[in-house]
Amino acid sequence: MDLIANHISHRFGDLAVLDDVSFTVSAGEVVAIVGPSGCGKSTLLSILGGLLQPTSGAAELRGAPPADSLNPLTFVFQDFALLPWATVEENVEFPLLHAQLTAAQRRVLVEDALRRTGLTDFRTTYPKQLSGGMRQRVGISRALAVKPAILLMDEPLSALDSQTRELLMEDFVRLLADGGMGAVYVTHNLEEAARLADRIVVLSRRPGRIREVVTVPMTRAARGEIAAREQLLALQNQIWSLIRNEAIDAEREVQHA
Amino acid sequence: MLDRAPAEIAKDTATRRVRFRGAGFVPDSSRHGGWIALALVIALWQVAGSAGLVNPLFLPAPSAIAHAIYQLAISGALWQHVSASLLRIGVGWLLGTAAGVAVGFAIGLSRLARSVGITFISALFPIPKIALLPLLILWLGIGEEPKIATIALGVFFSTAISVYSGVDAVPRNLIRMAQSFNVPFATIVRKVIWPGALPAILAGFRITASVALLLVVSAEMVGAQYGIGAFVLQAGNLMQTDQLLAGVVILSVFGLAVGKVIGWLETRLLHWR
Repeated sequence: MDLIANHISHRFGDLAVLDDVSFTVSAGEVVAIVGPSGCGKSTLLSILGGLLQPTSGAAELRGAPPADSLNPLTFVFQDFALLPWATVEENVEFPLLHAQLTAAQRRVLVEDALRRTGLTDFRTTYPKQLSGGMRQRVGISRALAVKPAILLMDEPLSALDSQTRELLMEDFVRLLADGGMGAVYVTHNLEEAARLADRIVVLSRRPGRIREVVTVPMTRAARGEIAAREQLLALQNQIWSLIRNEAIDAEREVQHA
Repeated sequence: MLDRAPAEIAKDTATRRVRFRGAGFVPDSSRHGGWIALALVIALWQVAGSAGLVNPLFLPAPSAIAHAIYQLAISGALWQHVSASLLRIGVGWLLGTAAGVAVGFAIGLSRLARSVGITFISALFPIPKIALLPLLILWLGIGEEPKIATIALGVFFSTAISVYSGVDAVPRNLIRMAQSFNVPFATIVRKVIWPGALPAILAGFRITASVALLLVVSAEMVGAQYGIGAFVLQAGNLMQTDQLLAGVVILSVFGLAVGKVIGWLETRLLHWR
C-alpha cells in the first residue's frame, strides 16, 4: 500500500502553513520529513493520517493494505498519548477493543506487541510509573498491535533524553528492517532522519513547500558501519545547508511572535 | 587584581555551610493535625462552659450537646428527622446528578447542546434555588416533591457545570489518538472521555453534596414537619440551643461522612493519578 500526498495545501485562517506538497511513500519505504520550525511538518502528518482536512489537495492511498492490518495508517505520537488510567497492557489493547476480535485473538496481538518492544514484564504498570523512553515504547507497542502498513511518527523521540533516543532509534531500525512496514517520520533531528529514512523530504520555511527530496544512498543495515558514518554526516550537512538560513529566520520569527 | 587573588583565597580558609533556603510552600498537611486542633477547640469550649465563662443559653457546652444528641437518639426523634432529610437529599441528589451528568456530557460533546445549554445554565445557575421553592410548591403541591425538586435543581446546575468542564479538560491528544485508531464515538466517550472527566466529576460531587445539604435544611425550614432543618428551626424558636446545636453537629457529621465517601471513591477510581 502506498501513501500519496497529492498537492496538499493548508491554511489556519489567514496563515498559510503548507503549499502544494506532493510525494509518495511506497510500501515498506521510510520517508523522513524535515524542515525549519513551524514549516508544517506535523500538520502534514496529521493530514496524511486523516486527522486534519487539508484546505486543498488530498492524502490518498494506493493499493490494498496487508490483509492482517487492523489500522493501516497508525500514529506514534510525540507526547506518547497514553491513557493514564490504563495499564501498559490495557493501553496496548485499547485500539483492539472495537475490532472484530475474540479476547484470545486480542491477547495474542498484545503479547506479540509487548514482546517486540520489551514490555512483557511491565504489563501491569501504569504510565506514570514509567520513564519517558518506556512510555514511548508503550506507544510503539500499541501501534504495532494493530499491524500497521505505514507508521506515522511525529517527532517520536523529541521528548526524550539522548541516551533513550539512541536506544529507541535502534528499536526503530530493527522494527523497520524487514521492509514489511513503511513509515513517515517527522523530525527536526537530521541525524535521526539520516539513520532511519530511505528518502528525506526537505520542507521550506512556512508555508512549507518541498525544497528537495534527498535519497539516502545506502541501506539501513549498512548505516551502522563506521565507514558509513562519514557519508551520513556529509548528508546531514548537505540537508542542514539547505535549511540553515530558513531555520534561523524561523527562529527569529518565533522569538518576535 | 591578579596578584592579590591568591592571597585573598589563602586568607579565608574556614568553611561554612550553605544556608538552607528551600523550606515551605509545600501543599502538605500533617496526618492528625486537624483532629488534634478540633479536639483542642472542643476541650477549650468544654472548659469554658463548665467553668461558667459562657452562658449555656447562648453556647451550650459540648457535653450538653452530646447529651441532647443522646436524648434524641433514644427517643427515636433523631432517626425520624435524619431519615426524612436523608431521603430528600438522596432522591434529590440522585435526580439532579443524573440529569446534570447527562446534560453536562451533552454540552461537552455537542456543539448545538453547548450553545443552547451554556446559555440556559448561565441564566439560571445564579438564581438561589430556595427562592424557587414557593413556585415549586405551587406546581407540585405540599409534600416531598417540591423539597426534592429544589435539591435536584441545585445539584443539577453544579453537576452539569463540573461535568462539561471535566469533558473539556480531557487532553485532546488522547481523543486524537483514539480517532487515529478509528475507535468509535461511543467507545471514545466510554473509554477516554468518561475516565478523563472523572476527577472533575468527583470534585463536583463534593460540591453538590454540600449544595444538597444546604438546600435540604433551607427547604425543611420553609415547610416541613420532620427533617434536620425543621428540627433546628423548631429548637431555635424554643430557645433550646443545645438541641439546635445538636442538629448542627448532625449536619456537620453528615458533611464529614459524605466527604469521606467521596474521598474513598476518589482513591478507588482515581488511583492512577
